[in-house]
Amino acid sequence: MLHLQPMGRLIALVGNPNCGKTALFNRLTGSRQKVANYAGVTVERKEGQLVLADGKKVRLLDLPGTYSLHPRSPDERVTCDVLAGRALGEKRPDLAVCVVDATNLRRSLHLVLSVRRLGIPCIVALNMADMAARRGVRIDPAALSRELGLPVVSTVAVQASGDSALRAAFDVAEHWLPPNRTDALPDNEEGDHETVRQILQRLQLDQIVPHLASDRIDRITLHPVLGPTLLALVLFLVFQAVFSWAEMPMGAIEAATAWLAEAVSGRLSAGWFRSLLVDGLIAGLGGVIVFLPQIVILFFFILVLEESGYLPRAAFLLDRLMGSVGLSGRSFIPLLSSFACAIPGIMAARTINNPRDRLVTIMIAPLMTCSARLPVYALLISAFIPMREVAGGYLQLQGLVLFGLYMAGILGALAVAWVIKRFGSGQQTRTLMMELPTYHWPTVRNVLIGLWQRVMIFMRRVGGIILVLTVALWFLSSYPVPPAGAEGPAIEHSFAGTLGRWLAVVFAPIGFNWQISIALVPGMAAREVLVSSLGTVYALSATGDDTAAVLGPIIAQSWSMATALSLLAWFVFAPQCLATLAAIKRETGGWRYPLIAAGYLFALAYLASFITYRTALALGA
Amino acid sequence: MKDNVEVGLHQVPIGYPMTVRSVVESSEAPEWAGWLREIGFYPGERVVLMNRGFLGGDPLMVRIGMSTFALRAAEAACVRVVATQPGLQP
Repeated sequence: MLHLQPMGRLIALVGNPNCGKTALFNRLTGSRQKVANYAGVTVERKEGQLVLADGKKVRLLDLPGTYSLHPRSPDERVTCDVLAGRALGEKRPDLAVCVVDATNLRRSLHLVLSVRRLGIPCIVALNMADMAARRGVRIDPAALSRELGLPVVSTVAVQASGDSALRAAFDVAEHWLPPNRTDALPDNEEGDHETVRQILQRLQLDQIVPHLASDRIDRITLHPVLGPTLLALVLFLVFQAVFSWAEMPMGAIEAATAWLAEAVSGRLSAGWFRSLLVDGLIAGLGGVIVFLPQIVILFFFILVLEESGYLPRAAFLLDRLMGSVGLSGRSFIPLLSSFACAIPGIMAARTINNPRDRLVTIMIAPLMTCSARLPVYALLISAFIPMREVAGGYLQLQGLVLFGLYMAGILGALAVAWVIKRFGSGQQTRTLMMELPTYHWPTVRNVLIGLWQRVMIFMRRVGGIILVLTVALWFLSSYPVPPAGAEGPAIEHSFAGTLGRWLAVVFAPIGFNWQISIALVPGMAAREVLVSSLGTVYALSATGDDTAAVLGPIIAQSWSMATALSLLAWFVFAPQCLATLAAIKRETGGWRYPLIAAGYLFALAYLASFITYRTALALGA
Repeated sequence: MKDNVEVGLHQVPIGYPMTVRSVVESSEAPEWAGWLREIGFYPGERVVLMNRGFLGGDPLMVRIGMSTFALRAAEAACVRVVATQPGLQP
């Protein structure tokens, strides 16, 4: 295959995890960034553009963080391959910037020596020099430069113009030449440790300097009793915010969708084109974009917790619990992300270097209740669960049911992980070895850039697969048109109606009628589409905005309580959306695991619905 | 703790300065030794056990050089340490 490579010089940022590399990348490139994947692997590839003093543009690549050039995860392999010039479709960088954490020089220097040996032109960026100075570690860049035989500049990625020394270094022509071979440095890794030790000794940097502030915070956050309590409180606040803060912007988006639908309806004459625009596109896409506020809020908290250094502590606290079902604390972060959407969660599993842990995490990620399932829950709960206060007015029955549904997903995931551990092949030893970085104040700029990238990924999905499926569903539900004089809603005569009646045979034992069965089909594309599909199927004249509001009373009349509960149970385990299956296929490199995931989730959902439906019927619901 | 007695890092008391003697291969996970070296566990390095997980068990919080890592007891057991003697350079 031919890969076209853009013109211009390429600079790659290399560094240990948590060295402030991405913050430096953001500082250098600002908003001129492109996020994609490396060819053939799903490792996130961040490229940005940098304008040099002479006006020339260069491309800047933010390589995944690594401790050494011996890769132990797919992320780290990309870094090694790109630097060696082996990566598919990637040009070998013209210059490597080794980002070195000044507060952790020893480990960083090992990587610098390895990169230097590759013979690639190299500049060392001494990052977080301000923080090191505050801890009493003063590093002389000139002295370090003499030791390494490489240019060394100080950077403070979290400060405006904290990158000026590095920018200036890019303008020096000699810096783009490969480093000279020198006898003072070892030519294999065996000697690296001794060399680093001597360098640090000569620079008088070989004493342990504890970071007291971080240790003081850890005394609370990792306290055996206070720590878990604090974690529970943090998670509770995050979920509270996801639901309450999102209310207003979601209302605004719904109102805007309704206004747009009305405006378009008023300007076009009735016909297939107006129907496609209003019933198909505006209602369908509006129904999905309405979740954007919740996704933004959830990712905001995840980014802040990640940047501050708290997330690895949460993983530390949960390692014991996760270990009891055969996972490690490292699985916590991917699973937390899955509450927003399983796709970023599945992608985040790449940071787990044990292949088995990674696979199990990917397989149970779809059981975390993603935000796309919320509208379905919201519709059914408001239609069937009475508004009633319980526990002396402190709790609300509807909220309690929602909490129960979330818990059912988590417990289901733990149970599945336990079953895989119990009956899986062989006993494996799992690795933790996770860095607990020092606490930082998250910077507004980095959080905003991170959020912007998540929003764009979501919007691209809306513009891609969801758009196509919305139009497809509109077509299937509108054609063929009913013969003249036919009775009942038009959809009963359409392709969708026919398909729904076939599916109803399969779903009748768990209490689903044909309307639900047909709505489940587009729900595979994106679960949130179920609500707008039910709206379409029930042949409402309403537009997407008030579909849920109008649909509520209709289904409350036409469905039994047992059917509603059965559908809720179905969505706890619901076979995940196609985009999730596609993500699993990409991450596991084949059809085996997406098929297994689809199969076991379908079986679990059917079983849960069957039990719920039959129990509810027996109890007279 | 007696000086000069080599023990596994998982057995040391909290807050006691130790020096790494060696990193040994674990029979169940031979790859750990290399990974531990990568994150900074080399002979001569100073290391302190900072904290233990819930009820004094897994995982352990370990300070090596200037970084902090969460290690399982089984992982920490690969790191053989002795008490650091004041004033003595490794």
